[in-house]
Amino acid sequence: MSTLAHKHKTLERNVSLLGLFAFLAVIVGGLVEIVPLFWVKTTVEKVEGVRPYTPLELAGRNIYIREGCYVCHSQMVRPFRDEVERYGHYSLAAESMYDHPFQWGSKRTGPDLARVGGKYSDEWHVQHLADPRSVVPESIMPPYAFLKDRPLNAGDMTGHLTALSRVGVPYSKEAIAAANADLLAQADPEADSADLLKRYPKAQARDYDGDPKTLTEMDALVAYLQMLGTLVDFRAAAGQEQPR
Amino acid sequence: MESLVMRSGGWLLAAVLAFFALAFSADSGFAIHMGIIMLAALITLWVTLRGADYSGIAKGTLRNGADQSRYDDDPVRWGVIATVFWGLAGFLVGLYIALQLAFPVLNLGLEWTTFGRLRPLHTSAVIFAFGGNALIATSFYIVQRTCRARLAFPSLARFVFWGYQLFIVLAATGYLLGITEGKEYAEPEWHVDLWLTVVWVSYLAVFVGTIVKRSEPHIYVANWFFLSFIITVAMLHLVNNLSLPVSFLGAKSYAAFAGVQDALTQWWYGHNAVGFFLTAGFLAMMYYFVPKQAERPIYSYRLSIIHFWSLIFLYIWAGPHHLQYTALPDWAQTLGMVFSVMLWMPSWGGMINGLMTLNGAWDKIRTDPIIRMMVMALAFYGMSTFEGPMMSIKSVNSLSHYTDWTIGHVHSGALGWNGMITFAALYYLTPRLWNRQRLYSLRMVNWHFWLSTVGIVLYAASMWVAGIMQGLMWREYGADGYLVYSFAEVVAAMFPMYLIRAAGGVLYLSGALVMAYNIWMTIAGHLRTEQPMTETPYNEAADRPLVPVAAE
Repeated sequence: MSTLAHKHKTLERNVSLLGLFAFLAVIVGGLVEIVPLFWVKTTVEKVEGVRPYTPLELAGRNIYIREGCYVCHSQMVRPFRDEVERYGHYSLAAESMYDHPFQWGSKRTGPDLARVGGKYSDEWHVQHLADPRSVVPESIMPPYAFLKDRPLNAGDMTGHLTALSRVGVPYSKEAIAAANADLLAQADPEADSADLLKRYPKAQARDYDGDPKTLTEMDALVAYLQMLGTLVDFRAAAGQEQPR
Repeated sequence: MESLVMRSGGWLLAAVLAFFALAFSADSGFAIHMGIIMLAALITLWVTLRGADYSGIAKGTLRNGADQSRYDDDPVRWGVIATVFWGLAGFLVGLYIALQLAFPVLNLGLEWTTFGRLRPLHTSAVIFAFGGNALIATSFYIVQRTCRARLAFPSLARFVFWGYQLFIVLAATGYLLGITEGKEYAEPEWHVDLWLTVVWVSYLAVFVGTIVKRSEPHIYVANWFFLSFIITVAMLHLVNNLSLPVSFLGAKSYAAFAGVQDALTQWWYGHNAVGFFLTAGFLAMMYYFVPKQAERPIYSYRLSIIHFWSLIFLYIWAGPHHLQYTALPDWAQTLGMVFSVMLWMPSWGGMINGLMTLNGAWDKIRTDPIIRMMVMALAFYGMSTFEGPMMSIKSVNSLSHYTDWTIGHVHSGALGWNGMITFAALYYLTPRLWNRQRLYSLRMVNWHFWLSTVGIVLYAASMWVAGIMQGLMWREYGADGYLVYSFAEVVAAMFPMYLIRAAGGVLYLSGALVMAYNIWMTIAGHLRTEQPMTETPYNEAADRPLVPVAAE
């Protein structure tokens, strides 16, 4: 013991050594835990159906982040009976593989949203976002009525898709070039959405907020909410046992 | 003369650059931020020009500068005031959002005042503004005293203080405007992150520079903790905030990592914001102020060596416990759990080292309200560092995760440990920094102590009940084999607990207001007429750096 304390005096007298040793002590954990996640293949198992966000969904996701929805809503269903029955199939790593940043959340002041897509109608979402207590009296969610009145000003979606492709989201060149057109096409019932659907399978093209004339922030946010958890087909994972 | 021209030219250039960034910005939020930066640069320019010693320059005899026989305490004094100010702001926002959860009408229907935008404002205000200012101020105070040397790079030290305030203003306005990276406790966007990096590297330079020019052969244990805190926070900040801006003239960026990798990077950061910002840094305060106030040496020197190295080594591994049962690979979850449980030991080693320092001075808990605050801080530190490892155990976590139990856990640490030890440090510092005989009132410190303590008890107890109730109600099955409660019913059941929590917040905030008044009156030079309590003597003559004296 006394030798340890004795040897330690070397560090106590040399700030560079002390700093170096402290740094060495704190990098080990991160190196061992985080770095393997980038190359161990089983970390994110390939799953059929997962695709990058459409420009409209992405714009909606950016509003979701801007408003801090992640503060109260998780997007990560854990593999427990009650969670699976309440929210749907537990979340797979692949389902958030294009999420920059991830939005798994840490608190459920409101319910999990990982599989909210398709659970409610567009009308319900619009009404609920504008005035949550008009549809869920017990709700303590803030109202977001202003989304309905504000035209979507997402900026140049080409730039957004380019940035995402640079950090590893596989957007094709055509998808990037068509980003702004795709953004408009998905919310316009009159537009031809064939190209959009080819690029983004299972994309839902329609007017979301009940006002087809203007593309609002509400359109984008509801488009995002309505696609959450809908990309992977979990029917194949349903129980196979036959009743006797 | 040249240096004055260089410096003011530099600030002018910064203002001009900010103006052009404002003019060509891609979004309004970024434009507002560039406006704030331009304003800050212009104010600094004005201060630089106004404060210059022109007659000295003209005569060629520069002013000798500050008194070398005293410590350089200006940034510490500003830091004390900033800590009180941001503390009040952070507690107030916290109380407000606590009330929003009970009465959602308080969201006011405005985009800037929703819970989603105010909650990051609250967390950053208390962690980074209140805690950060306390850390910078106390580290500048402690490193000078324990090294018997004045701060290295005095102008850089001032830049650290004001640069950090600018970071706070940019982060806070950003949250209200919806500028966020969407990662908890790392919400500021890329341009604010870059600014913080510059400030933080300067902080490291001032701190290490002061240690290098020390007059004491040994580096005191408090400085080990401060050093590891500064280095580790720099590492965490840089890695977790790696992101690619959409445009260099806009606020929006996309994180470099996605999904699983981003999640673990974030919680490696998030948990060690707790581990190094809120623990290592505040332990450094403990290692200085507890022995000073108790007038006893640290209980065990060997324990502090073991405490230091095991704490910093183990803490880093604990991040995955925030992701139990998620899509994070199981091996990482288990590793996170095991290390979190191990972390209990060094944490309690630190607590014991602090508490046992009172050996021979235990009576002071009765008579000295500042010591009592320190002891309560250590007690809460011990409590939450036991609760944390327990909550990291997978089976406990399956119940506690996503619930208000986590919120309660965080607050018994933040209000109990970080808050109390900071208040005690502020009470210790104020009379010494402003050269006052004593605090305006020690009895008011006593009031502050009880208001805070009862406030924390209400807070923690209501959140335990709320969290465990949520966890149990969510998983409750009826005899028919169906889930018993809808989500909304669980939300409604939280109402009384949210009210009790807010009441706890009111008490804690009132305690802080009492402190603000007490510190204000102390600085103003008043003494309250009251029954005296135990005071720790202050030897002003000994509170000086060792300066080389010319031979006779």
